[in-house]
Amino acid sequence: MKTLAELEEIRKKMQSKVNIREHGSNVTRIVVGMATCGIAAGARPVLNKIAEEVAKRNLKDVIVTQTGCIGICQYEPVVEVYVPGQEKVTYVKMTPEKAVRMVNDHIVNGNVVYEYTIGAVAK
Amino acid sequence: MIRSHVLVCGGTGCTSSGSEQIIKTFESEIEKNGLSDEVKVVRTGCFGLCELGPVVIVYPEGAFYSRVTTEDVSEIVSEHLLKGRIVKRLLYHETIDEGNKVKSLNETPFYKKQMRRALRNCGVINPEDIDEYIARDGYKALGKVLTEMTPEEVIDVVLKSGLRGRGGAGFPTGRKWQLARMNDADQKYVCCNADEGDPGAFMDRSVLEGDPHSVLEAMAIAGYAIGANQGYIYVRAEYPIAIKRLSIAIEQAHEYGLLGKNIFNTGFDFDIGLRLGAGAFVCGEETALMTSIEGHRGEPHPRPPFPAVKGLFGKPTILNNVETYANIPQIILNGPEWFASVGTEKSKGTKVFALGGKIKHTGLVEIPMGTTLREIVEEIGGGVPNGKKFKAAQTGGPSGGCIPASLIDTPIDYDQLISIGSMMGSGGLIVMDEDTCMVDIAKFFLEFTVDESCGKCTPCRIGTRRLLEMLNKITSGKGEPGDIEKLEELCHYIKDNALCGLGQTAPNPVLSTLRYFRDEYEAHVNEKKCPAGVCKDLLSYVIDPDKCKGCTLCARNCPAGAITGTVKKPHVIDKSKCIKCGVCQQKCKFGAVLKK
Repeated sequence: MKTLAELEEIRKKMQSKVNIREHGSNVTRIVVGMATCGIAAGARPVLNKIAEEVAKRNLKDVIVTQTGCIGICQYEPVVEVYVPGQEKVTYVKMTPEKAVRMVNDHIVNGNVVYEYTIGAVAK
Repeated sequence: MIRSHVLVCGGTGCTSSGSEQIIKTFESEIEKNGLSDEVKVVRTGCFGLCELGPVVIVYPEGAFYSRVTTEDVSEIVSEHLLKGRIVKRLLYHETIDEGNKVKSLNETPFYKKQMRRALRNCGVINPEDIDEYIARDGYKALGKVLTEMTPEEVIDVVLKSGLRGRGGAGFPTGRKWQLARMNDADQKYVCCNADEGDPGAFMDRSVLEGDPHSVLEAMAIAGYAIGANQGYIYVRAEYPIAIKRLSIAIEQAHEYGLLGKNIFNTGFDFDIGLRLGAGAFVCGEETALMTSIEGHRGEPHPRPPFPAVKGLFGKPTILNNVETYANIPQIILNGPEWFASVGTEKSKGTKVFALGGKIKHTGLVEIPMGTTLREIVEEIGGGVPNGKKFKAAQTGGPSGGCIPASLIDTPIDYDQLISIGSMMGSGGLIVMDEDTCMVDIAKFFLEFTVDESCGKCTPCRIGTRRLLEMLNKITSGKGEPGDIEKLEELCHYIKDNALCGLGQTAPNPVLSTLRYFRDEYEAHVNEKKCPAGVCKDLLSYVIDPDKCKGCTLCARNCPAGAITGTVKKPHVIDKSKCIKCGVCQQKCKFGAVLKK
């Protein structure tokens, strides 16, 4: 038989899984380029890592989604971050490890990881 | 790690348009593309837009795909799920704006004015997974009630919320519970009326199919409030999906100890049994329903004694409707003020309606009480299709009445509907356009009640039959002066004398159409004409010789061989042979066939 505490446990565990189905208007979007070029360069593990990290931290109002090719195939895997009211940030040549730092620094703490952005890499 | 959810509607509407096959195809396509660890397919309850089924929503994007076929699935998987490109061709067209951008579903006219409370989990969670219900605060209200509140406090909260029975009559739910609480007995019962029988109504079915746990949780709360430890859900056998999901839900709740003995270690026991009805309309009436649960023939008996005093097996019983229960857990969690913050003075909260008939978006909608009929029909429902004019809306099923176009700005709540001669009913809302004959509509509902009358009392058994015969007489062109008055007299007699709600309300469709469309009755009786051109005995088809080109198309298609004529000469319809099927009119390319 379940106690109230156990029920709360299930609720917490499941909420991060069901949260994906609803979000308010103030949503941060993390978009991973998943065209052929992106997939070939390893976008799938990056996407999965980001989704995992967002769920682990139970981040609300953050959605992880995909898009097609945006035309800078040599910089794939590309990840774009849209925070409401701020300019879009484009991360390039991402790896799962970089993705974790991006979520922690940028999404959670609001500090853009400049060294991974297209501005730094394309110099 | 699951990054995307594919929600496929598994309600009755979408199931009948093939959603099971869609789910299977999704699963195999996802497997084929190696996405099994990243994408989850979830079978949910009704989304509401049944007309566009089968319906699929892909999250996190919230892309709403409508009328999906199995052939479309591989495209959605390879384009959307793999590459992140939404398949715009398959999106519900209202979710694409002028700039070809994808809008959120909640911004479409159908959902914008809705407020989904009773339906909050329908189309969002997997009804066969108790964990998903718990994630949406499921069983939290039961926990709160059992550990923090006294039964009196629970009843007080329900009373304060102003919640009234969603089954039709609108009796205050808290008051019902209070009465049952006050009656001391060794055994009491909590019953759920899921015997939804109005033609065209499917609100309760959708709640049971989409969110069965909310009903179970609410019944346990009610049990605690009145001092009962046994509940019964009376559901009709024609709802196989609802029954299956309820059985699964009861089983899962048992496994988790949320039903059964000593719930949350508080010493409170509660169990729920399912009882299947054979689909008799009268068993939706509370006394008949309980008689049926007891194992007897489903017949009503006079009240008082009311069920709260002497109900099921002679014990104090409360009986609430599915939608009423679906509101309870949220009232407990969010407080009575939250619930009462929407609605009108005497009707609080929201109401679910099943939209049907001559309307663009057939489906399920939940609106705040006090929303006008115009908003429901024109904005949410998308208006009457094919450029026809709105004529009337029927609410309350065979017990309700028709609301004419002149009253389209009436705010919908219990008392307003009663004052204009209709009633809330369980929430069926059938829209009629100018091609609908109101006498014919009254006849349709009378045919239903004649069929469904249990036969126990004379006013209903014989009275409704005589009413139907009089309507048949009028629609077949044999009406005489004085018939309408006789019809009215009999209506009032039945209303005053029938034993139960079924008989007492059976004349309502006649009375309300008489009230607003008396001229149509008079046209049938005095001029032997059906203004809407529906009653076959009162109309005839003729060919306009000036327009007829003699193409012979009508003659070749007439199933009765009633049309004669030679090629390139005007044709003639033989009225003695004509069966008035209207095929000639549909086939004629020159508009030469007229209905008179």
